Amino acid sequence: MMTFIIPICMLLGPVTIASLLVWGERRLLALFQERYGPNRLGILGIGQLPADMLKMFFKQDWIPPFADKFVFVLAPAIVMATALFSFMVVPIAPGFVVWDSDVGLLLFLALSALGAYAVVLAGWSSNNKYSLLGGLRASGQMLAYEVFMGLSVMGVAARAGSFNLTRIVESQSSCWNIVPQLIGFVIFYIAALAETHRTPFDLAEAESELVAGFHSEYSGLKFGMFFVGEYIGVTLMSAMMAVLFFGGWQGPFWSGPWWFILKTILLIMSFVLVRATFPRARYDQLILLGWKYLFPLALLNLLITGVVILW
Amino acid sequence: MNPIDSINTEWVTRESLAGKAAEHEMLYDITAVDETLKTKLKEHEGDFTLVYHFLSLKDGEFSRLKLPIADAQTQVPSLTSEFKNANWYEREVFDMFGLEFEGHPNLCRILMPEYWKGHPLLKTHPARATEMGQYQLSDDKQDWLQSVLQYKPKEEGGDYLYLNLGPQHPGTHGVLRLILKMEGEIIREIIPDIGYHHRGAEKMGERQTWHTYIPYTDRIDYLSGVMNNLAYLLSVEKLAGMEIPARAQTIRVMLCELFRIISHLVWYGTFVQDLGAMSPVFYMFTDRERAFKIIEGITGGRMHPSWFRIGGVAHDLPEGWREAVQEFLDYLPARLDEYDDLVMKNPILKARTQGIGAYNSEEAIEWGVTGPGLRATGFEFDLRKAKPYSGYENFVFDVPTAHRGDCYDRAVVRIEEMRQSLKIIKQCLDNMPSGAYKSDHPLAMPPPKDQTLIHIETLINHFVNTTWGPVMPAGEAFHAIEATKGTNAYYLQSDEGTHSYRTRIRTPSFPHMQMLPLLAVGTTISDLMAILGSMDFVLADLDR
Repeated sequence: MMTFIIPICMLLGPVTIASLLVWGERRLLALFQERYGPNRLGILGIGQLPADMLKMFFKQDWIPPFADKFVFVLAPAIVMATALFSFMVVPIAPGFVVWDSDVGLLLFLALSALGAYAVVLAGWSSNNKYSLLGGLRASGQMLAYEVFMGLSVMGVAARAGSFNLTRIVESQSSCWNIVPQLIGFVIFYIAALAETHRTPFDLAEAESELVAGFHSEYSGLKFGMFFVGEYIGVTLMSAMMAVLFFGGWQGPFWSGPWWFILKTILLIMSFVLVRATFPRARYDQLILLGWKYLFPLALLNLLITGVVILW
Repeated sequence: MNPIDSINTEWVTRESLAGKAAEHEMLYDITAVDETLKTKLKEHEGDFTLVYHFLSLKDGEFSRLKLPIADAQTQVPSLTSEFKNANWYEREVFDMFGLEFEGHPNLCRILMPEYWKGHPLLKTHPARATEMGQYQLSDDKQDWLQSVLQYKPKEEGGDYLYLNLGPQHPGTHGVLRLILKMEGEIIREIIPDIGYHHRGAEKMGERQTWHTYIPYTDRIDYLSGVMNNLAYLLSVEKLAGMEIPARAQTIRVMLCELFRIISHLVWYGTFVQDLGAMSPVFYMFTDRERAFKIIEGITGGRMHPSWFRIGGVAHDLPEGWREAVQEFLDYLPARLDEYDDLVMKNPILKARTQGIGAYNSEEAIEWGVTGPGLRATGFEFDLRKAKPYSGYENFVFDVPTAHRGDCYDRAVVRIEEMRQSLKIIKQCLDNMPSGAYKSDHPLAMPPPKDQTLIHIETLINHFVNTTWGPVMPAGEAFHAIEATKGTNAYYLQSDEGTHSYRTRIRTPSFPHMQMLPLLAVGTTISDLMAILGSMDFVLADLDR
């Protein structure tokens, strides 16, 4: 029985949270920006969510005649698929995980690297100069930030002695990784912002520069998949941070999945706060920051962690 | 010396033009006048007069050169080798009057599309669409029109990406089209294509009465409302030879400074938004709304109140204006400080704007840059100080400057200007003179009612003034003010009519946009947005 329930939960859970986030982010941003946000439809405006979804479903799903049709359709599917696949290895409570893999962490990194294809392919297949520029920016940005993301969690893996995410959570029973792995967390957080194309690293869809960047030509449900895909990405990154750095389901008392969910939601809200606060970095500055500062820092972090463990 | 606007005016010939022009510091404006329908003000037998305005930055003095032109076939010597900013001005004269300039590197239309027939500011060109026959757009014609607008790069080596940015683009704040030649993300060449917002404001001036033209001026720089009225009215009042009562002047100053804050707040928000920050624009529009509350209370309008009148303002200040203004004065400084922390001290913003789009004072003067763009280079020039108008000499305020002339410094100057404007408004509040809010000059006010019922002459005057509008004495007048984006000037010629014979609007955005290729070539498309944002242009101000 559980073999059916868990996968269904892990499939529907993130999608539900992500689509709630479409409304939640707008309300939160409005709160930060001295305005109301969508507050008319239903309680607190929550009715906006089904309304938006219906609108998206019934919009004309137009494929530009000059686009590469197959790739154009494939790109949004990759976004959704890779992000949802990654949830497979996220442990919500002891035993509540789809696949308790010994290479869970590596699988997550591999799948999020695959996600880069979606953006590049979308930009390329649209056959639009703005989309192409967005796709190119995204490829450089994601390639660079994959590296630090991988390196930044190596300290965590070393402390747990495993790539198994359940094991990593259990290794934090005495002290959450956020304390010994603070540098790792900061690098992971920055890389997560870059991976999900959130401000200040939303270069691939920089509105004031590239109109809508890689998804300029997308409309209807395909645009919706990029849109919700971004939120699923944010949810995934927040869930991973909760697992890797904040002790997963463990809490000061009454440990359980509620702690995991609370931490994830707080982290998601921090993404929204960051978006409301910062301006956008420039492409070369972003890459420079990555290779010149974050890369050595991540290596140093790994080195120190190694020394401490072997001491 | 022109007795009406006390501007040194000299007639030149084709041969002496270049030499005379080179004596001046900054080329301020070039325009032309079609002389063919003039009756009272005719100064020579030719068909056209070219009018050059120059600005001396030491004392804020303007000077004028006038060149008579026999007919449209006569070639005019180009000033492009003496002044870089002559390029666009001469193109505009060519576009509007069909006058050709000898030695101009790129003489083509600038505001009107290439396919336009005729030259709009000629007196023979119709002023209204109804005079032009029915417009029909067949499919063939549409295709042809689009093909004319298409940019066709010249065949050349190298692997370049040609990007058509605009006329509809979120980063250009309106219908501005930029054609970029790019190598990767680096801009190698940039061609601004303007005119999409051209509404023929100058042509309308020749049709509207002196009075009914006021609302059109509001819509030139549509972010600074009554500030446009002021530039126009100061010229009209010079023509009429009016004295403005002190109270009217102070009310005008107060509203202008409020609009300076309003305009700068919009700039602040959109500038930061161009750099990708999402929230600040909401805060600044909230503040702007509070300023609009005051504008609404005083004028009844918001963005375009058209509230100044020839000789003063439309009404006296309403009850309760002091409290409203005081409340705003108490409210804004703390918010501005908060924005400094949120925006100006942000390291990402600094990295995006410092050292980007920089120019020095010499370049600024060469290209005709005024306002915050000039002051950011460390050159202290403000018409409110250099050549005070409307009673600005009575106010204590500083002229903020910066020294690097980059995007960041332009922002710093504008933010400090808002604080100075608050200071000026405070002084208006404390020292508002009593008295009339409008001049009692016969061209500004109808004759007193008790006399119209006795004297037939005053009754006639009353009738003529209210049905035709005032008739300005023949002559020419020019006045420049320190507007929000730079200096804004109106040059008016009256042929003793109920409307102007020629209305020339010199706006700051025009020369600033002309400078864009100098600033943006070699930078990336992200920097281009920072430069455009920091330039603070308004499309209506650019194209008129």
